[in-house]
Order: sequence, then structure tokens, then C-alpha cells
Amino acid sequence: MATSSIHVPSANPVDGSRSFLSRLRSGDEIARLITFIFAASVVLLTVLLVYELWIASSLPRQKFGLAFFVTKLWDPIAEQFGALTFIYGTIVTSAVALLIAVPLGIGAAIFLAELAPQKVSDPLQFFIDLLAAVPSVIYGVLGVFIVIPLMRTVIAPTLKATLGFIPLFQGPAYGVGFFTAGIVLAIMVIPYIISVSREVLLSVPRDQREAALALGSTRWEATWKVVVPFARTGIMGSIFLALARALGETMAVTMVIGNTPAISSSLFAPGYSIAAVIANEFTEATGDIYIQSLIQLGLVLFLLTFILNGLARLLMLLTAARGSGTGRV
Amino acid sequence: MKRLTGLLALALLLAGVMFAQSGLMITGAGATFPNPIYSKWFDQFHKSNGTQINYQPVGSGAGIKQVTDGTVDFGASDGPMNDDQLKAYRTKNGVGILHFPTVLGAAVPTYNVPGVDATLNFTPEALAGIFLGRISKWNDPAIANANKSVSLPANDIVVIHRSDGSGTTYIWTDYLSKVSADWKDKVSKGTSVNWPVGLGGKGNEGVTGLIKQTPNSIGYVELIYAAQNKIPFGTVKNSAGTFVKADLSTVSEAASGASKTMPEDFRVSITNAPGKNAYPISSFTWLLIPEKFKDTAKRDAMKNFVKWAITDGQGDVEALSYAKLPKEVVDKELKALSKVQ
Repeated sequence: MATSSIHVPSANPVDGSRSFLSRLRSGDEIARLITFIFAASVVLLTVLLVYELWIASSLPRQKFGLAFFVTKLWDPIAEQFGALTFIYGTIVTSAVALLIAVPLGIGAAIFLAELAPQKVSDPLQFFIDLLAAVPSVIYGVLGVFIVIPLMRTVIAPTLKATLGFIPLFQGPAYGVGFFTAGIVLAIMVIPYIISVSREVLLSVPRDQREAALALGSTRWEATWKVVVPFARTGIMGSIFLALARALGETMAVTMVIGNTPAISSSLFAPGYSIAAVIANEFTEATGDIYIQSLIQLGLVLFLLTFILNGLARLLMLLTAARGSGTGRV
Repeated sequence: MKRLTGLLALALLLAGVMFAQSGLMITGAGATFPNPIYSKWFDQFHKSNGTQINYQPVGSGAGIKQVTDGTVDFGASDGPMNDDQLKAYRTKNGVGILHFPTVLGAAVPTYNVPGVDATLNFTPEALAGIFLGRISKWNDPAIANANKSVSLPANDIVVIHRSDGSGTTYIWTDYLSKVSADWKDKVSKGTSVNWPVGLGGKGNEGVTGLIKQTPNSIGYVELIYAAQNKIPFGTVKNSAGTFVKADLSTVSEAASGASKTMPEDFRVSITNAPGKNAYPISSFTWLLIPEKFKDTAKRDAMKNFVKWAITDGQGDVEALSYAKLPKEVVDKELKALSKVQ
């Protein structure tokens, strides 16, 4: 680090004007080095994490290969392991969560940032930040005592009566299952979406709004057609954050998903997620291949987060390119 | 800056003093089920003997792994180590490892059938059939014939099991494997198994919660958990043909019934044990102690502890709802302690 700065003093105009020693004395160089180490440690941690997961899961890779991803069977006694049911459960619960949380969260953020008077907005924001800090096990308890009974007695019968012709809403409802887990996850991630989206919406320059209003749009038109598109990247960011949280959530999901490794077309059916099975079985797992299969599940979760985040970013790039003009007003 | 250095030095000094005072320290890890009694024992042993035993209830599987890897001095498990695990231990450490039963536990069937307040009787066939998914209605003859005085509804049974790996699941599936050839073939026994039917709840509290909330459900929990939380549970028909309700005496009787055939290494399953009033879904829980200790002070302390726990220590177990070891087993263990060198 230090030497490279000496050799290329002209790389930075500030560098050129002062000698390395004087920068060292004034603390610039030290600050630079320290912050660089901090930044690099993030990358290092990620690499180390993947490396550790990879070397600690060699047995199932040899034995099952790619079949690990498409096998449904998870039998610790027969030592046959497949991740498909867990991958399915993780994706379905996260999808349900986002379907519920995104419209609610963004709607609430728009209200708080654009429409509500500050007297209302600031206290509400305080409560939302508070919600984001609640430990997940509390949401799990909420799920067990409120969402599960509600699901069994009200939500599931109502949905069956009205939308029962769709396979998603058929079959017996025990109260636990994909849908319940999705709802609890939605409650957990909404504060993230609201908090981040509100900040982003508030940071949209004032003249954007004023220009739209000056051109004769109503307040809602200015919000929906100018401010929200302007803040789109940030709002997408809040959704990524929510997705990452939903994919990896362990405790609350374990308490309400039913912990049954099965793939079912019904959202009311019990299922299992990757994080939940690791939390459930890791401590009592015996036998190398069993433990290593659980570690490989961790790797799969990492990969899944990576892929879904990549897809979301790609989607954002594509939509950004298409809607690059602001001529929609 | 100087003040900070001073503080740091002081902290180090204090830490040094604390460690110096602690004397002998033994570490162990394993089963969660006996943790309440172990904590009590270790605390009392520390007070009377000065030896500190640091036990981490990380689960039986992890306990076996840690003692095999040599990261702890002893392990603890709800299921005995199997032959492969014993072999792995010997290859890695050059010596064997010994099992010492400490207390007894049991798993009990608990259920929630609307309109049924009576204690239900379960035959082994009924339990195996329900957990295999073959018996799917509460009024199935296999259940109804053992409960003639109760009117059972024609509702679908919802099976609830543990989702986390646990010794309770081991005892439950070990019992089902003994009474049902089908279960043995299709599912077998273990701390986690591939359940044919049902929903999973995390921990005893998760299973209990699901059962309370789900009408027409049945599941299993540890006896101590059911006793301490006043959860009603059913009786199970034992090998002598009696319907037995689990309690401290029926569980102990299962142990004495089995102690006549107790092998030298104590690795014995006492599910479906003989004895007129023996509760059939009972089990020992074991301490796993290496045959050889490098540190003789540790070895002597460990031996003293086991000796004390299986004799005087047994006085504390019933208050915590564990069943005592039968005298025959204690005598046998005292002899076996001499193998630890």
C-alpha cells in the first residue's frame, strides 16, 4: 500500500502536493490504511466463509454430486441427503413474504415520506425502526400464538371458500406451513422496506417535485410519476435487503413452517426451509456425511442468496435501461 | 494512554487471580436432556470437592463428536455410541471409551382430541400405525379397542414429532423399531429420522405448542417436561401386557427389568423392557468417559464425581423428575469405574 503511493504520487492530486512522510504525520496515510483494512476484511470474510463451507462439505459432493440439488429425500438414518425440499421451502416462503411486504412497505413509505405531515411521520418512523430491531424469536412467538390460530380458523377457510379452485389454496390447513411462514416473514421484513424506502424518497431533490407540480401535475401524480421512479434504485435496494433477510431467517420460520421436508402445491401445507433444517438438526447430527450435508446446505443457501440477488440486480439494470427517459411525466 | 495501559494490566492481573483460584477444571459436552440434574450435580460437587466441571449441553451428537476429537474431557449422550463411533474413537485416541448410566428418562405420548378428557391407552401397534401413517382416524379399531369407555371422534389424526435432533426422538424411534418390523425397515431409529407423516415442532415446547393448537393431534415429549408442565399424557401397553403410565417408579422398574441382562459396557436399550409395571419407552442417559486420562488429577476427580453422582447424587434426581438408577446397575458401575486409568 504505502510503497505504491510513493511510486505514483501523481495518481491523486492531493498525494502530489505533499510528501508521504507529511501525510503519514498528519494521519492521512494511517487513516487510509486502516479504513482499507476494514473494507478488505469484508471481502476476506466472505471468501473465507465460502472456502470453509466448501472444504467442510466435500463428502456429500463426492457421493451425491449435483443430484444433491434435485433429490427430495432427506434420510439421516439411511444417509441419503437431498436439498430440493429445503430449497423449495426457502424460495416459496420468501416469495410469499415479498408479495405481501413489498406493496405494503412501499405504500407505507410513500405515505410517510410524501403525504403525511411531519408530526405523524416522525413518530411512526420511530415505531418502524423499533420493529426492525425486534429479535426474530419474538416474531416466531407472535406467529405461534396469533398467526397460526388465525390461519387455521379464519384465513385458510376464507381463502378456501373464495379462491379454493386454485391448487395453491387447497388441502388441509394445520395452521403451520408455507403461507404462515410467509406472513410472519412479511411482518419481519416490512420495517426494512419502509425504513430504507422512506429515506430514499426523502432524499429525492425538491426541484424534481416542484418541476412536476409546476407542469400542472397533481400531488399524487408528482409522487407516483416523478418521485418514486427517481428513487427506484434505492427502493429496489430495500427489497434486496428484505429478500436477504427472508431467505436466511431461521428462528421465526422454524417455529411456524411445520418442519416437514415435503414439496406441495398447497401453500397451507407444512414445509421446511434451509436455515430451519440446519438450526434443527446440526447439534444432534452424527456421522460425517450427515454433518457435511448440513454444511453443504449452508453453501446452497449462500449460493441461492447470491443468485437471487444477482437476478434482482439484473432486473434492475434492465428496467433502468428501458425507463431511462424521464419523459413519462 | 498510560491510564489505559494501567487498567489493562489490572484486568490481566485479575483474570490471572481468577484462573489461579479455580483449581482443577474438567470440561464436558453433550446431551441436553440430563442438563438440569448435571448442572445441579456439578454445582454441588464443586462446593464439596473444589473441582470445577464445565458442562455444555450442546446435544448428544455434538457431545460424541467433541469427546472423540478430544476437545472436551468427557461426553454425554442420550443414546449409546454405536460400534462405528466406538471404532472411530479407538482409532483416533488409541484407547476405548466407557459408558456410565447416570439417570433415567422416558418419552410419553401426549394428545389433543376435542371432547376426550380421559387418559387414553395406546398399544404398540396403535402407536406404530399412527406414526407410520397407516392409522389415520381417531376411531380406528386399533385405538378404540384399547379405550372402550371413551367415545373417539372419526377425525383425521395429525402426527406431531420433534424437528430438532434429540435424545427423546431416539428413545421414541428405538421403541417403535422394537415393536414394529415395518417401522424398523422403513424408518429405523435415530436422533433425527425421515418421518413418514406429521409436522415437526422444535423442542419439547414446540411439540407441546403444536399439540395444544392442533385439534386431533398426537405427539411425544420427555416425561420430565410433561411432569413439570402438567401436560396430560397417555398410557402405553408394555411387553407384559399391562397399560402403564410413565412415572418415576415405572421407569425405574424398566431399568431393573433390564439390568439382569445388562452388558459389561452398559450400552443397553431398555425400551420395551420386561417387568409387569415397567414403562416401555424408557432409557438411560450416559456419561462417556475415556479409558485413559493423561492428567491423573483429572482422572481421579472424574472418577470421584461419577462415584458420587451414582450413589449420593441419586438423592437429588427425583426432585427434578428423573428416575433413579436401580441398585444393581449402581453396583455394576462402581466396579466398572476401575477400568478408567
